[in-house]
Amino acid sequence: MFIAIGFMVLGGVAGFLLRKREFKHITKLIMGFIFLLLFLLGVEVGSNPQIIAGFASIGLEALVITLAAVLGSALAALLLWRHIRNSKKGVHEK
Amino acid sequence: MRSSVVIVSFFALGVLLGYLGVIPLSLIDNDMSFYALCCLMFFVGVSLGNDSNTLKRFASLNPRLYLLPVATVVGTLLGCAIVSLLLPGRSVFDTMAIGSGFGYYSLSSIFITEYKGAELGTIALLSNIIREIITLLLAPFFVKFFGKLAPISVGGATTMDTTLPIILRFSGKEFAVVSVFHGFVLDLSVPVLVTIFCSL
Repeated sequence: MFIAIGFMVLGGVAGFLLRKREFKHITKLIMGFIFLLLFLLGVEVGSNPQIIAGFASIGLEALVITLAAVLGSALAALLLWRHIRNSKKGVHEK
Repeated sequence: MRSSVVIVSFFALGVLLGYLGVIPLSLIDNDMSFYALCCLMFFVGVSLGNDSNTLKRFASLNPRLYLLPVATVVGTLLGCAIVSLLLPGRSVFDTMAIGSGFGYYSLSSIFITEYKGAELGTIALLSNIIREIITLLLAPFFVKFFGKLAPISVGGATTMDTTLPIILRFSGKEFAVVSVFHGFVLDLSVPVLVTIFCSL
């Protein structure tokens, strides 16, 4: 986990040193890696019989709990977002 | 929304090919996804460092954004506590322990399996994988309806690595610092909170 962060810091330094150059295709490259990683996550889920069997029997329960957790945190984030934007210094002053 | 559809397709294709056994498992065992993640993080870093506006944005970051991990924990636990009323077989503390994984499925499912048994551990594994997938697939939806902080809260403990690129893409690069900070705090809170709710 920290190794991955280390790579980002390394990339940040490299990008900063080369900031006079423009990297036009970096967004496409990033999306490519996101696609690859999601594909690999899918392969991992699909090839694990325990996870597939779990999806059939108790997957619904997991989904219900997750939706509640996700909705709760999204609402909390919305409250904080509104609080920040209503205070005098917002992150997006335009 | 087009990229979300493409993302779903890639994931679904992976599930199908993995299920059919077409893809050699050595692909996963060889930590290929970890190397891909490192490459991804490197290029995310390059795009951050290369953008001269990013550093200026960091300086103007509102200190209140550092309250976001607290909002995530409170919101998640409240949601889990309420939903336990709909699940007669599960206690409030069961669902709160599962929610305390915050998407960190490997660690939380190991802890919960240890304390509460394999069934709840498997639910925790599925639930927290779903949380990560929801973040990756629905980030634009959360930005639209719940504001730019919502994908970070929903991402939970994963916002310092796996879901960081998607958050930066849909919330904006200026959220890099708060996203990494948020993921770091939640990573540390997972073992603590899971242990607390499993022992109650």
